[in-house]
Amino acid sequence: MMTDASAENELEVSHLSVHFDATRVLTDLSFNVAKGSSVAIIGPNGAGKTVLLRALIGSLQFSGTVRWTKGVRIGYVPQKLDLERDIPITGVDFLSARAAVAHKPAVDFSSVLAPVGIPLEVAQQPIGTMSGGQFQRLLIAFALVGDPNVLLLDEPTAGVDEPGQEHLNELVRRLQKNQGLTVLFISHELSIVYKNADYVLCLSRARTCFGSPRTILTPDLLREIYGSEVSYHVHDN
Amino acid sequence: MTIEALVVAIAMAVAAGLIGSFAVMKGISLAADPLSHVALPGIGIALALHVHPVFGAVVALAFGALLVWALEDRARATTESAIGVLFSAALAVGSITTTGEDLIDALFGGAGALSLSEKVFGLSVASAIVVFILTSKNSLVVMMVSPDVARTAGIKVRRLDLFYLEAFALTIALGLRYLGVLLMGALIIIPAVTAKRLSQGLNSMLWFSVALSVLSTALGSAIAAHLHREAGPIIVLVATGLFLLSLLARRQRSAN
Repeated sequence: MMTDASAENELEVSHLSVHFDATRVLTDLSFNVAKGSSVAIIGPNGAGKTVLLRALIGSLQFSGTVRWTKGVRIGYVPQKLDLERDIPITGVDFLSARAAVAHKPAVDFSSVLAPVGIPLEVAQQPIGTMSGGQFQRLLIAFALVGDPNVLLLDEPTAGVDEPGQEHLNELVRRLQKNQGLTVLFISHELSIVYKNADYVLCLSRARTCFGSPRTILTPDLLREIYGSEVSYHVHDN
Repeated sequence: MTIEALVVAIAMAVAAGLIGSFAVMKGISLAADPLSHVALPGIGIALALHVHPVFGAVVALAFGALLVWALEDRARATTESAIGVLFSAALAVGSITTTGEDLIDALFGGAGALSLSEKVFGLSVASAIVVFILTSKNSLVVMMVSPDVARTAGIKVRRLDLFYLEAFALTIALGLRYLGVLLMGALIIIPAVTAKRLSQGLNSMLWFSVALSVLSTALGSAIAAHLHREAGPIIVLVATGLFLLSLLARRQRSAN
């Protein structure tokens, strides 16, 4: 069931469960996300992180309640899309389609391409010929065309080179701080989680937990979540 | 062929070019042929009930598209496997319910001049399909790239998918009298496949697909009239010839 969240929260999730046939992927999950906050979703492969995001956007059937605040505009950036190389749709076609769906008459593409670091010439190429990193950035630009107040990012830096990763992490952090966006992002990079997240939601077969990075990213809890030793580097700045 | 019949044929070709573009980009081009088979039982039942065969075909195709749509969601089956099983069976049922000359007409089209009601049906359905594609092309593009992303952009994904499948089925119905069930699928797919080879962007894809579909129909009809043959097979042969030319053009371009 999807209803409206209270004024201070962007999202309220209670008793959310998702199962595929006999397999339970998420069980009785409850948490709230305050407006303008950044929540990292962590956990081992197969813990249901992507399933959670897909349930939150209404792409999967679930039991329990998902309440978004009234007037929410979600920008969703999926993890990986299988596109045919020769699909005759350019990046500009894709962004134009988003603008048209949002009933925006004219969009200055450079204003959404520049922040994600894609030159216009690259955006004019067919999307199937773009590298994984370029297409990932295009998906973020696509989300920005919709003028979102919430960003859902499924491993946004997967397939992006090292400088590109830093650039994208910084962009998301800036959008959250300057424009007050609420951000939910899936990440395996715990140092980035420690630096950028206000809260951490952990998912695993063993347990689920929700709290500040300082309380969640402890050696004992991480061992319990991942089933083995996990270390990460805390950046000084 | 009269001018009126040519106008109806061109309208049908425009609709086929547009619908085919998205079928090829969505990767469901193989579905065109088996889905067209579901028209056969409809034609057979309509003839038995002394109703116009195109009416029976429209009802059967619309039901077929609805079935595909429902199966896609509930059984999580892919469009193509669902269509493959169900509509091959429809061909068998159709071959039993439609017999003799009626079966040949249904398969390959082209019997007699179009009646006024058939012309009105052809023009109005073709116009509706063109309007649907032109007004929904942006939503279709986003849905094609990612249904999840489309959902967050406010697109009613399931509804749009149903509308597209019904438009696809109606496009097949459009060509029944003219090309028959077996050849209409080819006119939807071949010009769009050729256009995809020649295009780098969405608009060029749509324009090329429509232009090649119209050219195949007009040229094929003219050649058929000259040779005193049925138009359907010649139209599809012209479309195939244009596809082969596109292979040469691409090879030439690569060599340069």
